[in-house]
Amino acid sequence: MGKTFAEKILAAKAGLDEVIPSQIVTIKPDYVMSHDNSAAISDKFKAIGLKKVYNPEQIVIVLDHCVPPADEKYSKNHQKIRNFVKDQELPYFFDINAGICHQVLPEKGFVFPGALILGSDSHTTTYGAFGAFSAGIGRSEAAAIWATGEMWLMVPESYKIEVRGKFRQNASAKDLILKIIGDIGADGALYKSVEFSGGGIEDMSIDSRMILANMAAEMGAKNAYMRPDNKTEKWLKGRVRSAYITIEPDNDAVYEKVLVYDLENLDRQVACPHTVDNVKPAEELKGTKIDQALIGTCTNGRVEDLRAAAEILKGNKVASSVRLLVLPASYEIYRDAIKEGLIETFIEAGAVIINPGCGPCLGAHEGVPAPGEKVISTANRNFKGRMGSPESEIYLASPYTVARAAITGVIE
Amino acid sequence: MTIKADIFLYGDDVNTDVIFPGKYTYTITDPNEMAKHAMEDLDPDFVKTVKAGDAIVAGKNFGCGSSREQAATCLKYSGVSVIAAESFSRLFYRNAINSGLPLVVVKDIGKKVKKSEQIEVDFEKGVLKCQAGEFNFPPLPNEVLGIVKAGGLIPYIRKKVGMES
Repeated sequence: MGKTFAEKILAAKAGLDEVIPSQIVTIKPDYVMSHDNSAAISDKFKAIGLKKVYNPEQIVIVLDHCVPPADEKYSKNHQKIRNFVKDQELPYFFDINAGICHQVLPEKGFVFPGALILGSDSHTTTYGAFGAFSAGIGRSEAAAIWATGEMWLMVPESYKIEVRGKFRQNASAKDLILKIIGDIGADGALYKSVEFSGGGIEDMSIDSRMILANMAAEMGAKNAYMRPDNKTEKWLKGRVRSAYITIEPDNDAVYEKVLVYDLENLDRQVACPHTVDNVKPAEELKGTKIDQALIGTCTNGRVEDLRAAAEILKGNKVASSVRLLVLPASYEIYRDAIKEGLIETFIEAGAVIINPGCGPCLGAHEGVPAPGEKVISTANRNFKGRMGSPESEIYLASPYTVARAAITGVIE
Repeated sequence: MTIKADIFLYGDDVNTDVIFPGKYTYTITDPNEMAKHAMEDLDPDFVKTVKAGDAIVAGKNFGCGSSREQAATCLKYSGVSVIAAESFSRLFYRNAINSGLPLVVVKDIGKKVKKSEQIEVDFEKGVLKCQAGEFNFPPLPNEVLGIVKAGGLIPYIRKKVGMES
């Protein structure tokens, strides 16, 4: 009987011949990622009582959640992290000038096919786009890995989502993942390893694949997976830090569920307030007035996304009733967007450019909406209060749909 | 271990942003202070009425969303002794165990229990009693039970690395 990706990689990493779903294994992750929460993790690490971390080279820290700090509390938080990094001599620390962790880790070569990465952030699933096994963990767990180098994981059951056909005009990976989440619900893949496959995935760019893996978290998935191919290899070339061995599912692997999506039938989608699975075709929301538009985040802040938005904005102006915020996901992307003239297009259109980081996505700073306002965003989460005001409403959509709404003032 | 508790009853998909708003995640570090904001964007009355030992009963996918451990921590420090739900998000499940807050998964429990009743949870037997009857739940796996018994992951690791006997 064939094995799924999760079964194969967890067996390999645990040093076992084979594992079965719901078995608990102990593994040493290749990397453990944390961000602004590293200060809180360092407190938990200190509570354990050890003087030194188990392996400094296993730890990657990226400051991204509130950069530059919005007030003294945030700046003290960053200061505490910098001091810890210095004390522990951690080699892989990225300060406020790198970007969002989920973009920075692949860019800086920490992500590769067959890697096992645990991150103290729910969207750690993103690295599945490169054929890695990556899952979110909590702060105490990150501290435990800092102390011992290892963690327990339960072997998940697996779902396969097969994607066929080609996107119709103006539809994109974001529309696909919103459609899937709308269909199966916010708990539709709870605790599952979700393998995306099929011609539709093979045709997608790495940027697009990352959107799917990123938002797999929003259907409850433990991790996402896509088979690495030439595109993966090309993207990683010159970045990845060491040789790697690709781990792939067997062709006769057994899946708990197989879903099939045909891109030929996919319309543009929007997730309505206040849950990510409250998804409707954009068509049904035509005319919904918006006050703020956001293009960026770890979901849709890459060059392909900025390009799609710039195409719409070129030669147009942001509606006078709308504030458009644009955040590239990393400085590498920011630089490329400048070279390509995308940033100039955004400025000409009247957008506000924000430095790479999580920005207003989690309501910490840089564009908290007022009560009663409606936001359309390319982010991955629209929970009540997510952007800082429980009385505001958040709609989630693709860069194309958000850019259209920014110039017309309404969802189209 | 048996817990008899008054309950707070909630629906499906109670997410981490309503349990503990993101705006506090880097500014509040004291767990007792976290408890003051528990359920703030879902049920502002929760912190006014919750008392030590109370339970939460909910529908499916409780704790979905962020990896933020404070969602579990704030509930534990507000006095919650157990959460019974139809299912939990994976990260909330791990965070609760790692905070020493026991969880039980009972089919359709959100529909079986009424708002103003008491529940009784027997962890050894794996039985939850309420007015609608007695319901079995799968006991926690041994590896996980060890963490809960130690009072959470940090004390568990302290023992493991030899900081405590």
